[in-house]
Amino acid sequence: MQIIACIKQVPDTAEVRIDRETNTLIREGVPSIINPFDLNAVEEGLLLKERFGGTVTVISMGPPQVETALREALSLGVDQAVLLCDRAFAGADTLATSYTLAAGIKKIGAFDLILCGKQAIDGDTAQVGPEIAEWLDIPHLTYVRSIDEVFPAEPARASITVSRLVEGGYEQASASLPALLTVVREVNEPRLPSYRASLRARTQGITIWGVADLSADPEHIGIAGSPTRVSRIFVPEYDRQGQFFAGSPEDQAKALVAALRSAGLA
Amino acid sequence: MSSMKLFPDKCDGCEECVSSCPYNAVTMRDGWPVFGDACNLCGACAEACPSGAIERPAATASPAVDKTSYRDIWVFAEIRDGRPARVVLELLGEGRKLADQTGQNLYAVLVGYGLGTLPEELIAYGADRVFLAEHPALAVFRDEPYAAVLAAAVNQYRPSILLFGATATGRSLAPRLAARLRTGLTADCTGLDMDRDSGDLVQTRPAFGGNIMATIITPGRRPQMATVRPGVLKPLQRDDHPGARFSGRGEVVRLTISDDLLTARTMVLGFTAEETETVNLEEASIIVAGGRGLGSAGNFALVKELAGLLGGAVGASRAVVDEGWISYAHQIGQTGKTVAPRLYIACGISGAVQHLAGMQGAEIIVAINKNSEAPIFKAATFGLVGDVVQILKELVGQLKTG
Ligand SMILES: Cc1cc2nc3c(=O)[nH]c(=O)nc-3n(C[C@H](O)[C@H](O)[C@H](O)COP(=O)(O)OP(=O)(O)OC[C@H]3O[C@@H](n4cnc5c(N)ncnc54)[C@H](O)[C@@H]3O)c2cc1C
Ligand SMILES: Nc1ncnc2c1ncn2[C@@H]1O[C@H](COP(=O)(O)O)[C@@H](O)[C@H]1O
Repeated sequence: MQIIACIKQVPDTAEVRIDRETNTLIREGVPSIINPFDLNAVEEGLLLKERFGGTVTVISMGPPQVETALREALSLGVDQAVLLCDRAFAGADTLATSYTLAAGIKKIGAFDLILCGKQAIDGDTAQVGPEIAEWLDIPHLTYVRSIDEVFPAEPARASITVSRLVEGGYEQASASLPALLTVVREVNEPRLPSYRASLRARTQGITIWGVADLSADPEHIGIAGSPTRVSRIFVPEYDRQGQFFAGSPEDQAKALVAALRSAGLA
Repeated sequence: MSSMKLFPDKCDGCEECVSSCPYNAVTMRDGWPVFGDACNLCGACAEACPSGAIERPAATASPAVDKTSYRDIWVFAEIRDGRPARVVLELLGEGRKLADQTGQNLYAVLVGYGLGTLPEELIAYGADRVFLAEHPALAVFRDEPYAAVLAAAVNQYRPSILLFGATATGRSLAPRLAARLRTGLTADCTGLDMDRDSGDLVQTRPAFGGNIMATIITPGRRPQMATVRPGVLKPLQRDDHPGARFSGRGEVVRLTISDDLLTARTMVLGFTAEETETVNLEEASIIVAGGRGLGSAGNFALVKELAGLLGGAVGASRAVVDEGWISYAHQIGQTGKTVAPRLYIACGISGAVQHLAGMQGAEIIVAINKNSEAPIFKAATFGLVGDVVQILKELVGQLKTG
């Protein structure tokens, strides 16, 4: 199987803190990581490769420092890494990002499966996956929690069967290949880098493509290709100035039950 | 080549831009800010700059549409168990408000098969008109035919705004459709508003794990698309005789569905309900959630018992899901589910930002924690300080005895 995993480098939002004086993000020392869900996508690609053979290619769009993320993916054992890097790609919203990634994927060549994370933890949009599928005119399935069956060999009827996490339970669904899946955390447990792969990753080349390398329409990339615009950014106020109940556990419980009853909630 | 634009005569070197950048891309050189490679043109620095010295580059090549040829607000009427999903009623409630403010109509789009009286239902909750796409091939939701049917309807009727619930269905279908329509889509909004001057939809949503909020507009394209988080907006009271109140007369318009719209390369094979989940978390109006402070899986049963007594659903922090006390389907937070119930009781949960990101939209938050400094208390309406197991036992006992 020819598998492509889309990975994004993101600031580790777990490390992001707010400076309450200036109401800004404190980013000092905030590490950049591979989006956690994308590690699940890479892992799933590697597992499929172990079962069916083929290659796993990771692709990312971003600034030059994303090379670190790609090198980390190489140290997990992926075969090839592609970085779409050009100032002209900057300012992309999900529509332009998905267009650019789709253009990169077309240039990589034939594929059976594209894997994306459920969402990226910086923007949490969960849009880039389905949008890539639309640009490439292939089917997609979101929130995949397990890949149950794969029939990669029958070119005309190649398909994949999955279980998806939806409201209230799990949906079993299938898609013809090539297809795009977005995966949730419980799909697998990402492996750690292997010593051999890490050694190899150090010297392995990373393919870098700019705008001139992709047959991309300038109208669809970067800021020009982005219909949405961030007009304001602000820090939410979590402080509700709530009320503490006093006394023993029994007293506090009584006070709460009374409050809930008067709100019609108990 | 696009980059942030600096007006040096206005810049006083205060470095607000440096600390505002979520991508760590702004540095100072010789007293002036420099925008590095990591700059994503997000505009946070322009927003933070107290002297207006920074501007985001304007989109130039992007062809702007004639906005005046698009009007009205559409709500995608997602169906769950044969009924409109609750978030659809919420979208109709908010859509009604926005439509009335701006003199537009509010329409619902209903796609499926054997839909019975659902159109009347949608009208009773505020829709002026319902576009109906009924076909056996549309009986079960699948992205491709639904996107094709909606795209055809949008191209024919040209709505200005198209809203979806931020559900598994909405967040799968809306991006597929947005890419097909070549328009913008704002994910998981928690607030909607109209800009009177431009007629643009002003969409507010959390980013960076709920650490910051962003307001997003789609100034040059139509339709403006958004998915909206369930539980945040308020539905209208049901009104079965809305004729006089609304501009439309509750018309139902059948969309013609040509065969080429029905191609699908995915199939739905079955559905397994999550057995421990009595209520759908995203739509529950009461949630009792447990965290690591409970100490053991055995104590977690108290959370379930309290939820049972209150008629609520059971949630959990990631820490206890990782411990295996309860399945991932119950996880609330940035990497779990986002909920906005009327009542959220957090039992032994510290209130990490990733957890808050998933539940701070709740109307009433009760926090039970032995540490009075725990961050969860910042978000709480009512705080109980003490041993969570003891307090839960008290609550259960008192509720049982009425
Ligand atoms: C990328 C990323 C994504 C994440 N996504 C999520 C997510 O979606 N959801 C989520 O919940 N977390 C998420 N987390 C994890 C999050 O950062 C916290 O680690 C987690 O929420 C902590 O869970 P907790 O509050 O149950 O446990 P803890 O932080 O260990 O808190 C336990 C609390 O219980 C209190 N306590 C202890 N004993 C008692 C007692 N006897 N009586 C009363 N109180 C007691 C303690 O004072 C403490 O406040 C994520 C982290 C990362 C890095
Ligand atoms: N710049 C990017 N480069 C590579 N993959 C990306 C990029 N942005 C998003 N993705 C992929 O799309 C998924 C969803 O991202 P998002 O829509 O931003 O939440 C991520 O988990 C990645 O798999």
